[in-house]
Formats: sequence, structure tokens, C-alpha cells
Amino acid sequence: MRALLLLLTLAFATVAHAAIDTYGFDNDTQRERFAALTRELRCPKCQNQDLADSNAPIAADLRREIHRLMTEGKSDEEVVNYLVNRYGEFVRYKPAFEARTWLLWLGPGLLLAMGAGLGWILLRRRHATAPAATLDDADQARLATLLKSTDDD
Amino acid sequence: MKRVWLAIPLVLFIGLSVVLYRGLYLDPSELPSALIDKPFPAFNLPSLEGGQPLDRTALLGRPALVNVWGTWCVACRDEHPTLARLAEQGVVIHGINYKDDTAAANRWLRQLRNPYQVNVSDPQGSLGLDLGVYGAPETFLIDAQGVIRYKHVGIVSDQVWRDELAPRYQALQSEARQ
Repeated sequence: MRALLLLLTLAFATVAHAAIDTYGFDNDTQRERFAALTRELRCPKCQNQDLADSNAPIAADLRREIHRLMTEGKSDEEVVNYLVNRYGEFVRYKPAFEARTWLLWLGPGLLLAMGAGLGWILLRRRHATAPAATLDDADQARLATLLKSTDDD
Repeated sequence: MKRVWLAIPLVLFIGLSVVLYRGLYLDPSELPSALIDKPFPAFNLPSLEGGQPLDRTALLGRPALVNVWGTWCVACRDEHPTLARLAEQGVVIHGINYKDDTAAANRWLRQLRNPYQVNVSDPQGSLGLDLGVYGAPETFLIDAQGVIRYKHVGIVSDQVWRDELAPRYQALQSEARQ
């Protein structure tokens, strides 16, 4: 039993230390920039992982490349553009706002506005057609007799 | 007027269904290349056979397929017979030996025939990075001036050649003859 447990632990051991490589940084700001960049960029091979997360060889290459560009003193924007020029807009988790992506950015807001507009129209219409809550004299008299008759019981 | 309003949910539903139905048949692993209609990137790398270093002018002059391959890539072995056959038919094919062991690559070419006219050795994957390669095999179609016109990711099978590459390759050839 113990041997089996040990075997099981060993079987999962590789997963635990995925995507760890060592890079030297001059200071903590650089380190944080690197972490932020690799989280913001997407691995082209393993599409639902960011570069920081993935242990695909291509992700390791791209991390190395990002580190190289950073040590050359490139800004975040230049690093992102460098990768977008090679791998396409796809590698950004935050695509640029342009003709092709406006619907992606504005879609949720537009849908919300449409829903709110529709809700408003429906509410207003229901309000307009709701029967008047006040009673006229005849109804008041009827109500009084009804109440009176229940009092007598 | 009221009837028109009633139809709106149905129209929205049908529109959404069409979009989602189409989504079922899209392959998310196929990325459009960012390099289409851009010049083939500059490089300065050794030839796989040894000898003079190569730069991008080695690939120019005729429309050609540029095939990114490696001996570690199982799918490359799959497509190799097709490439060899195409080369025999006179199709110009260049190779980029991507992140590979040079000795192993040369052995592979001796054993499985060599369809490549020029073979660039890219052991560090630097040219591959400039080309936006994210997995071999990938095959680029370049024109005589070295502009990338098309990219196929995955195996070049007979069907891929017939349906995707051959028409484009022939179009580039007649373009180059003019």
C-alpha cells in the first residue's frame, strides 16, 4: 500500500514543477514586468495557456526571447509588438482595439444596452396599460357594503 | 407593427445558431500567419550540408515551398514522401532544419531522399521565431521576390498539395513568367 502511494506521488511529481526556468533580473521591477508580460501573452501552441504557465518548448523559447528583449532595454509595448509581428494578434490576451476587434470589445456593452433598453420599453408599456388603482364612487359604495356585511357575520 | 416585434427573438435565435454552428467547424489550432504578404525574414545561417553561410537571397529567384522540418518531428517523417515526390516533379522546395541535430538531419536526408534544394540549418530556432513557427511541420509558399504568400501548418499530404498549395504555386509561377 505504502509502495503504491509512493508510486502515485511520483507519477504526479512532474506536473508540479512545470514551466520553471531561471532568469536573472537586475531588480524586482524587471522581474515583475517579466511576470506580467508572460501572463499577458498567449502560447501559440497550447492555446489556453499563457506563456508563464506553459511548458511547451515554444513557450520556453518565447520566454527566453522576452527576457533577451527586456535585457536589451525594450519597453513592454515593443516586446508585445515584436511577438505580434511574428505570431499575429492571436498571442495577445488583450487584443488591440481596431476594425477587426471592435465588436469583441464593445459587444458586451452593446448587448447590455440593448437589454436595458428593451427592459425599459417593456416596463413603461406595462405601466401605461395597468388599470387605474383608484375606485370610483359606485365601487366605494359597493366596497363599504361588502365590508359591512362581513362585519355583521 | 406588433408582429414585427414578435419576430425579433426568432431572428436573434437564428442568427446566433448560424454563428455557433459555423464555430463547430472552425479549427482553433490553425492560426493565420502574421507574415502573409510580408518579405521572408532576413537571416544569416549555415547550410545544413556545411559550407558557405546562407542568407535570404539563396531562396529567391523562383516561387518555392519553404518547409520547416526536424528529425524530432514525427509528422515530418509522414510528409517526407510527398515532398520527395513533388521535388521529383520539379517543384522547388527549400528546407529549414528547425532546432535539430545537424548529423541526425543529414543522416535522415541520406536515408529518406533529399527533396530540398537549399537547406538552412536553424539549430537555435532563431529563424523559426522570425517566421512565427510554433510547431513543425510548417510550409510557406514564397514568390520569386521572396514575399511570403501562403502558409500551411501541418503535414503536406497529397490532398493538401492538390487543394491548397498547387493552385497557388502555379499561380505564382505564371506570375513570375510575366
